[in-house]
Amino acid sequence: MPRRESPLQSEMVQGTLDMLILRTLVLGPAHGQTIAHVIERGSEDVLQVEHGSLYPALHRLQNRGWVASFWGTSESNRKAKYYRLTADGRKQLAAQKSRWDQLVRAIGRIMSPAAEESK
Amino acid sequence: MNWRRFFRRVQADAEQQLELESYIEITTEEYIAQGMGTDEARRAARLRLGNLTQIREEVFEMNTATFLEGTLRELRHTARMLRRNPAFSMTAIVTLALGIGATTAIFSVVNGVLIKPLSYPESDALLTVGLSAVFGTVPTRNFPLAPGIFGVDATNSQAFKEFGLWRNGQAAIIGSGSPEQVDTLLVTQSLLSTLGIQPALGRWFSREDDQPGTTETVILSEAYWERRFGGDPKVIGRMLTIDFKAREVIGVMPDRFTSPGSRVDLILPLRLNLAQSAGDFNYRGIARLKPGVTLTQANNDVGRMLQIWKRNENRASLEAMRLGPAARPLKEDVVGDVGGVLWVLLGGIGILLVIACANVANLLLVRAEGRGQELAVRTALGAGRGHIARALMLESLTLSLMGGTIGIALAYGGRRILLALGPPNLPRLNEIAIDIPVLAFAVAMSVLSGLLFGLVPIARLAGPKFALRLPEFVRGGGRGASAGKSQHRSQNALVVVQVALALVLLVSSGLMIRTFQNLTMVKPGFTDPATIQTVRISISPVQVAEPERLTRVQGEILQRLAGIPGVTSAAFVNLLPMDVLGGGGTTAAPTAVEGKDYGPTGTPARRVKFISPGLLHTLGTPLLAGRDVAWAELYDQRNVALVSETFARQEWGSLGGAIGKRIRVGPIGPWQEVIGVVADVYDDGVDKKAPDSVYWPAREHPWFTVPFVPRSVAFVLRSDRTGTEGLLSDIRQAVSTVNSDLAVFQVRSLREVYGASMARTSFSLVMLAIAGAMALLLGIVGIYGVLAYAAVQRRREVGIRLALGAQPGAVKGMFVYRGVILSSIGIALGGTVAAGSTRFMSSLLFGVTPVDAATFAAAVGVLVLAALAASYIPARRAAAIDPVETLREQ
Repeated sequence: MPRRESPLQSEMVQGTLDMLILRTLVLGPAHGQTIAHVIERGSEDVLQVEHGSLYPALHRLQNRGWVASFWGTSESNRKAKYYRLTADGRKQLAAQKSRWDQLVRAIGRIMSPAAEESK
Repeated sequence: MNWRRFFRRVQADAEQQLELESYIEITTEEYIAQGMGTDEARRAARLRLGNLTQIREEVFEMNTATFLEGTLRELRHTARMLRRNPAFSMTAIVTLALGIGATTAIFSVVNGVLIKPLSYPESDALLTVGLSAVFGTVPTRNFPLAPGIFGVDATNSQAFKEFGLWRNGQAAIIGSGSPEQVDTLLVTQSLLSTLGIQPALGRWFSREDDQPGTTETVILSEAYWERRFGGDPKVIGRMLTIDFKAREVIGVMPDRFTSPGSRVDLILPLRLNLAQSAGDFNYRGIARLKPGVTLTQANNDVGRMLQIWKRNENRASLEAMRLGPAARPLKEDVVGDVGGVLWVLLGGIGILLVIACANVANLLLVRAEGRGQELAVRTALGAGRGHIARALMLESLTLSLMGGTIGIALAYGGRRILLALGPPNLPRLNEIAIDIPVLAFAVAMSVLSGLLFGLVPIARLAGPKFALRLPEFVRGGGRGASAGKSQHRSQNALVVVQVALALVLLVSSGLMIRTFQNLTMVKPGFTDPATIQTVRISISPVQVAEPERLTRVQGEILQRLAGIPGVTSAAFVNLLPMDVLGGGGTTAAPTAVEGKDYGPTGTPARRVKFISPGLLHTLGTPLLAGRDVAWAELYDQRNVALVSETFARQEWGSLGGAIGKRIRVGPIGPWQEVIGVVADVYDDGVDKKAPDSVYWPAREHPWFTVPFVPRSVAFVLRSDRTGTEGLLSDIRQAVSTVNSDLAVFQVRSLREVYGASMARTSFSLVMLAIAGAMALLLGIVGIYGVLAYAAVQRRREVGIRLALGAQPGAVKGMFVYRGVILSSIGIALGGTVAAGSTRFMSSLLFGVTPVDAATFAAAVGVLVLAALAASYIPARRAAAIDPVETLREQ
């Protein structure tokens, strides 16, 4: 099957998208489009959300009980499905964030040891 | 996944579609706001999202058991494919059914005999308790117990929760009809609670039953109850006259109670009198361990009690025997040494199954290649690699499970054949069944085979390289020259494996053939056993009390038997040659040679037989020096004996030197003159050393360890009528003229006794030979199949070669060469494997080493010839191609 490539997507660490979605929803309920926008803008367009993966990811998060959904009306007055963070999701986000920080620190230590020492 | 979602998945999908549509709407609006045209914006939004259907599918799959659904669909497809190609399906299924069936049948025996726990509650805690002892220089770990060591119930033991003693015996039942000799089991009352089994009917012995002075009782075995009383429940309370004693029937024991021992008809209480039989080494012990006690602790405990008893007894002869504890798991005792044979057979048949799998894998490969186009189209239509792999695997598994199902049916029949072919003394026969573990094994074997041969085409057709070859398949059905290359490689590998494993099996069966030859070449110590009729007759003290009279009665019977028409000679002996293998037991006694000091090792024990005059002549055992014993010497209690060749050479260095020398049993008693030397008899089976034996005249010997007279003897008759009903009725007639109360039992020819001694070898031989022959056949089919397929595939190439002037001989050579190369690699590989693995069967071999060069050479020779033949036929066919026709076809 043909793969849609985007600059960083293909290298995105497994599960990162889930974390980013959860992080976005901390700010309040949002529909898919908004979530994608927030991630892209927030990363100054470095991270391109593959929309084909966004919806399955949302569905997966919902199945796990980390987000819940409801139908609402968009800014432009259209029917849209909104997602919000559940209590479980919040816990999950905290856990994922600390793991992520660990990972970043670990990789940082290897990639630029001098910088680490000079601190 | 979750079932609620599964049932709501259609609704969820509709919702998903709505959501995606709303997404497109929103994005479109956004793009319009950025200044795009409506249509352009909509297209961009769709593009941004990607394949709508695929997203929906992905989400849908999260909610479903798609795998299951897809599998069902594939199953239907598979069934269609298999039906469409019946020749292929049948070949594969039959091959697998044979392989799995044979493996399952053997496994049912292995499981029933070796793996299954004994059919007693918590049977792991059961031990058989015996002693280790040393006779002369010969150590044994199978020496019976004396009741004194434990008292009767071992209440003072620290290791045993319960303990019982038993021994085998025989008894005559006299009542209505002809007298009957039955096998008995004599037990202490405690044996039942030790084993933990309840009577099928009635009750077990009470403490009183096991003590003198009460009503004599008897318990029937289930088999005897069925046979003699037709399973009548009113048998309880009836009186039965056993050895001239009336006994009350109090119960019936289920057959599994006696399954560890040999066939048993009646169970009698031992009624041990410790004062009399404390030192009588004639009993076997069965003990149940206290929880948490190990085998070592149990042995230490037996050793402790043995020491206490020996101190109290204070007998010098006990010291000389160097007694020690020898408790071991009851199962080990029951199973004996049959394990080696069974594991080797399971291994052999397992190898056969692998060869069968290789054959089926080859078939699948050839067929999968033909299906390249179909698979290519499926891939082009969007089937993932996983889907294709699943489809192929499903086909393989369907084949193997169908093969397995038929295999199980075959195993049912095969088990019968196995048991009929199997050694008659195979233990736990009644526990061999096609039960749950065996069925599970069959299913596991089927799945395993399916995976094994299913992976081969998957590696080829669903592997990463398949995509690269797609265009070629779509174009021409995979007939291009390059298509064959890696295909050939996998096929070659399979053929090499087949040839290698076939060689292993051929070598194994070759070794068994050599073993069998070697065994039959050993002169057993008797001639032409098929014309020797034997019957056993026991005369109890109630029938004939005085030993002298007993000898005369036995002599009288012998005279009558010798007078039967067609009987050329007759004699009797207490134990037949090789009788031990049929469960007959042996007798041994410490026998000293005059003037010889045996020092600290003590007087060596020798095999003892009690013979009538003429026995050696009747059996055909050569008398090497001196003379046979005479009747007058029996009646006059003359002190004479004969010794075996080995005995004579050991003690006096020559045969003639033995004559006139004197020997005796034990430290007291009169010396007995050696009057003859007898050729060695292979009493323990032809694969064992002939024991050094002493032949005593069959009369009373008051100076044996206990006064002894052979009351149960086997009469041997040399006659061409052996085995006929007529001879048997003449024998019964002759015996009843002497005494109508005497039962004639254990009717058989010496050939049966002799055959039983080789049963294990001939069983292994037949099984391995069958496996070897099948392996050879499958190997040939493998080589033939690959070359024949190659010949068809390379038709065009061969056609061109021929058209350009290649000689048919050269073309033939090209194909034969490939067959030879493949089988050579296989033979080299198989030879190495065989050299390493045949040592596992060394316990089955006799007179031949596991790496016997001649056997290896013969096996290789057979395989090379077979491989040449298998290569030549397709090669000839290839060379006979008409180039014009082939080229036109394309």
